[in-house]
Amino acid sequence: MREHRGTVYWTGFAVILALLIAAPLVLPEFWRRFLTEILIWGLLAMSSDILIGYTGMISFGHSAFFGLGMYGAAAALISIQPPNLWLAMLYGLLGAAAVAGFVAYFSTRLRDIYFAITTLIFSQIFYVMIFTWTEVTGGENGVTFGRPPLSIPGLFSQPFTTATLHWFVVAVVTSSYLVLRRITQSPFGMVLQSIRENESRTRAIGYPIERYKIVAVMLSGLFAGLAGVLYAVQNQFAAPDFVFFLVSGEAVIYNVMGGIGTLVGPIFGAAFFLLLREGLSRFFTEYYLIPVGIIFVAMVIFMPQGLLGFMRRWLNE
Amino acid sequence: MRSSTSIWGCSIQFLRAIPLDQLLIQTINGIVTGMILALVASGLTLIFGIMDVVNFAHGELFMLGAYVGVIVLAATGDFWIALIAASLIIALLGAAIYLMTLRPLLGRDPLTTILATFGVSLVLQNYALWQFGPVARKIQEPFTGHFTLFYLDYPWYRLVIALLSAAIIGALWLFLKFGTYGIWIRATTQDRVMAQAMGIPVPWVLTVVFAIGAGMAGASGVLFGPLVGVNHAMGLDWILKAFIVVVVGGMGNLVGSIAASIFFSLLEAYASLWVSPAQAIIVSFVVLILTLLFRPTGLFVPTPK
Repeated sequence: MREHRGTVYWTGFAVILALLIAAPLVLPEFWRRFLTEILIWGLLAMSSDILIGYTGMISFGHSAFFGLGMYGAAAALISIQPPNLWLAMLYGLLGAAAVAGFVAYFSTRLRDIYFAITTLIFSQIFYVMIFTWTEVTGGENGVTFGRPPLSIPGLFSQPFTTATLHWFVVAVVTSSYLVLRRITQSPFGMVLQSIRENESRTRAIGYPIERYKIVAVMLSGLFAGLAGVLYAVQNQFAAPDFVFFLVSGEAVIYNVMGGIGTLVGPIFGAAFFLLLREGLSRFFTEYYLIPVGIIFVAMVIFMPQGLLGFMRRWLNE
Repeated sequence: MRSSTSIWGCSIQFLRAIPLDQLLIQTINGIVTGMILALVASGLTLIFGIMDVVNFAHGELFMLGAYVGVIVLAATGDFWIALIAASLIIALLGAAIYLMTLRPLLGRDPLTTILATFGVSLVLQNYALWQFGPVARKIQEPFTGHFTLFYLDYPWYRLVIALLSAAIIGALWLFLKFGTYGIWIRATTQDRVMAQAMGIPVPWVLTVVFAIGAGMAGASGVLFGPLVGVNHAMGLDWILKAFIVVVVGGMGNLVGSIAASIFFSLLEAYASLWVSPAQAIIVSFVVLILTLLFRPTGLFVPTPK
């Protein structure tokens, strides 16, 4: 039975992956970019699922990690010639890791609502810094830069096309998913889930839960930073708007819509949200957040499991 | 010895660099903003303390209060009617929001209330943008008198705001302390089940508390309106400040959040003597971090035993 389920899971995984890989060959230009974007936002949402779904801490500060990943990539792409994709990734991850370490150290002292509020305030610290430090970050206007070529040092190097960029993003997001899935099923991930279920009992058993939480926040921040790097590479700019806490709020919305604690759920949530935005902005123009907000509140009340919540147990096996 | 003299000399020079009059002006400014912040934050902390709801939409209620003020002021021409109308309408709106979105979440994890109110705040903010447009509106202050403060003409209105806010908070405190319904509210805070058993209509108490908190946010929106323009994003700024204040003051602790409001506003007012006001908020952030390091339960609460 168990093995059978495993086969079904991996078959489903292979089918979705194959569809994602085939997508740029059939989709028109707009939807190709759209799909890439969904995957990038999905990665951000998935990273915050580690905290929301698996550790039971709602983070409203993921925009800081995402934004620092973006600005880190920007720093590498602007200062180092010729622009190098892997260096951009390294810089972005370093930036996100530094911020995540800082935020993790302080905010994990608090629980529940206080954690949510402090992560929100921390992300605003970085927003204000980036917004006001105009000489370095370009302030309100942000910075633009060229897209690095897709390269493997010593082997080949060629500029990104929409299709190769999409495949690159698919590769990064899929491997992140597999890594995160492995982590959540590891003993470490089990401890995180037991913190979610009962924090004081986990402490009583003898786990140093503060350390576990700090590692969880850093891990989550690292993957959020990766999403930021991908976004920077795709759109060739970094702006303070992406550090503003509404982005973190959107990441939380993706999680709730898709189903927390499932890892793939948040990606579906991102897809659902972005499609909803795309569809509704035809009628509501830039005020699409009015109907989307109403749908979100209704889902919080009537469908707390989210779209994929019913598959939660199965997806985590 | 020599080094200590030079440090002394340095700090004297440092102090001389700030004129005393500016310091005094900033003190008054800080207290005025602090009182409005206290009005916003005490609504937030009241709602949290009594029903474990983190009201993310509180800033939006503040903003909508200011807009209702603009509309009523334009219709009637009387600031005080606008103030009362805005508080009542926003209180009703708050009750409606509570009944529609938070009542169904009763008994679930308090974290879900953050999600629901975050959704509500998105809706309200975009509704305001849609309805009133991106151009800032202005509320005319009820009187334009000035008095001379050093080289400045300081408007009386600012002092009146501080006094009015203090009066509203004082009235809330008296109501909670002595009013029959206030005692019901406090009983509900202490033990919801027991209060229900004693015949207190707990569901109504919760609705009314949310309405009171919302009404206070609405009132502060109208009071603050004349100082800056009224626009759809003004709530964001305030909700962040109110969150900082409420975390540092000890969540659910009314006195603590009032003290913290004034403390942070003074801090930012002094900080803006040296840096731009946009950066002054970083000082608050630093204090917040220090508080989290050394007193994670809050700065203005008695040391837990």
